[in-house]
Amino acid sequence: MRRFSLIAVPYIWLLVLFLVPFVIVLKISLSDYAISIPPYIPQFDPDSGIGALLAKLDFENFVWLTEDDLYWKAYLSSLKIAVISTFLTLLVGYPMAYAMARAPQEWRASLMMLVILPFWTSFLIRVYAWMGILSKEGFLNQFLIWTGVISEPLTILNTNTAVYIGIVYTYLPFMILPIYAALERLDESLIEAAEDLGCSRLTAFWLVTIPLSKTGIIAGCFLVFIPVLGEFVIPSLLGGSDTLMIGKVLWEEFFSNQDWPVASAVAVVLLLLLIIPIVLFQRNQQKQEEAEQ
Amino acid sequence: MKRMSWFNTVSLTLGFAFLYVPMLILVIYSFNESKLVTVWAGFSTKWYGELIQNEAFLNAAWVTIKVAVMSSTIATVLGTMAAYVLVRGGRFMGRTLFSGMIYAPLVMPEVITGLSLLLLFIGIGLDRGVLTIVLAHTTFSMCYVSVVVSSRLVTFDKSLEEAALDLGCSASEAFRLVTLPIIAPAVISGWLLAFTLSLDDLVIASFTSGPAATTLPIKIYSAVRLGVSPEINALSTLMIAVVTIGVISASLVNKRQVVRQQREEKAAERS
Repeated sequence: MRRFSLIAVPYIWLLVLFLVPFVIVLKISLSDYAISIPPYIPQFDPDSGIGALLAKLDFENFVWLTEDDLYWKAYLSSLKIAVISTFLTLLVGYPMAYAMARAPQEWRASLMMLVILPFWTSFLIRVYAWMGILSKEGFLNQFLIWTGVISEPLTILNTNTAVYIGIVYTYLPFMILPIYAALERLDESLIEAAEDLGCSRLTAFWLVTIPLSKTGIIAGCFLVFIPVLGEFVIPSLLGGSDTLMIGKVLWEEFFSNQDWPVASAVAVVLLLLLIIPIVLFQRNQQKQEEAEQ
Repeated sequence: MKRMSWFNTVSLTLGFAFLYVPMLILVIYSFNESKLVTVWAGFSTKWYGELIQNEAFLNAAWVTIKVAVMSSTIATVLGTMAAYVLVRGGRFMGRTLFSGMIYAPLVMPEVITGLSLLLLFIGIGLDRGVLTIVLAHTTFSMCYVSVVVSSRLVTFDKSLEEAALDLGCSASEAFRLVTLPIIAPAVISGWLLAFTLSLDDLVIASFTSGPAATTLPIKIYSAVRLGVSPEINALSTLMIAVVTIGVISASLVNKRQVVRQQREEKAAERS
């Protein structure tokens, strides 16, 4: 009996507050828009049977998503931004993780703490910090003009460049930590052996260090890529009106246009897009666990 | 001890500068006299004074803390239960679905979680307010708690529990007297994680809050959309200070505990 309630309480909580809401999203994505409260016409009459239910299935909202340029452009542009920013985060994160793993043992805990600390600080505040830096009269422009690199202030805020900077900045800890974990375990004698056998340091790095930290790199990339795909705060604060990201489109569809059925359909498609990277990520994690055993 | 190569030193210096300079600038400019956030006009703490008098922010902060305390506490209980079930529960009907529901919210885009919960609350006719934000925050943060706690449960020796049971403890006594003290650090870090996630959340709270309850991130978001303001800088500085003190003291406590544990283990080995 006790075991039953131990299982049942969290189980039922998640069923009601996680699974059922998804079914509702799916259901509303198949309903028609209406000017009423709530703003949709329920598609399913619970009294009619499954047959009637299937016959009435209406993919109108999904057809609409393919017909209107905005949506598939937003999906493509989210994918593009997510791929590029994941790559940039890797470029910044890998050398840091590498240097941390090579740092003297007694420093490592403190360095680790320095990486984690920003993660505990409010995401919103970390994004906001860049608004003051990147704006036209901002710190970066003042600095660049003062050093004489540029004479006219650059427009960075409200462009995709600002979005990339914001993403690399906020997601950097997610990239560093798994790579650091992989590099720290790496046996240094392997690199020495490679060097003894005639590899240059660079070739040894390329042929030994990179392959052995592969699981960390993959994990870090997915940990950045997956949440960035649905990101809302960064494109909305740092991006411009031409920054298209699906999280932002969904938000506007819901809050500004009040079109719940289309917002739900956007959510369903975003989820379908995410399934592939999530499955790949899980497989990578499993492989890593097996390798550790 | 070997010296670090110049390349590693440079990449660490640049990397940490990148992580910390933006926040440093934010903190420095919160003490700026001028209303213009980009022009330095002398030291002043007047924005902190204005902040304390801003009732809208204070109310929002109070709602946020209430929500965070309630949701992280419920999430810790539920998440610990879920972790225990997943690691020790053996087989039961729908186990795969259960572990799927634990891991899915971790990778779910916030906009989708928020949207789906809002549609649920409207569907069952629940008025949006503090309660709905607490329900929403509990749901996603219990999953984080359960991941943290189960990673601790996996590594700890099951035979200790079995010994307690053999010595006549009931299952709940064994849990209270043996398991809980051992996993306590993980439970506490789970609570802290849930608490910060709740404090920090903008997107899910925006979907699930009503006009009656506004949280601090929602308030900050609507203020910063209009641009940078010294008052928000002051508020951010306070939040950064709280987090920094919290994280550093938590890690010091943790470190002391580890040292004590090692000492006890050594003593136990000797005797």
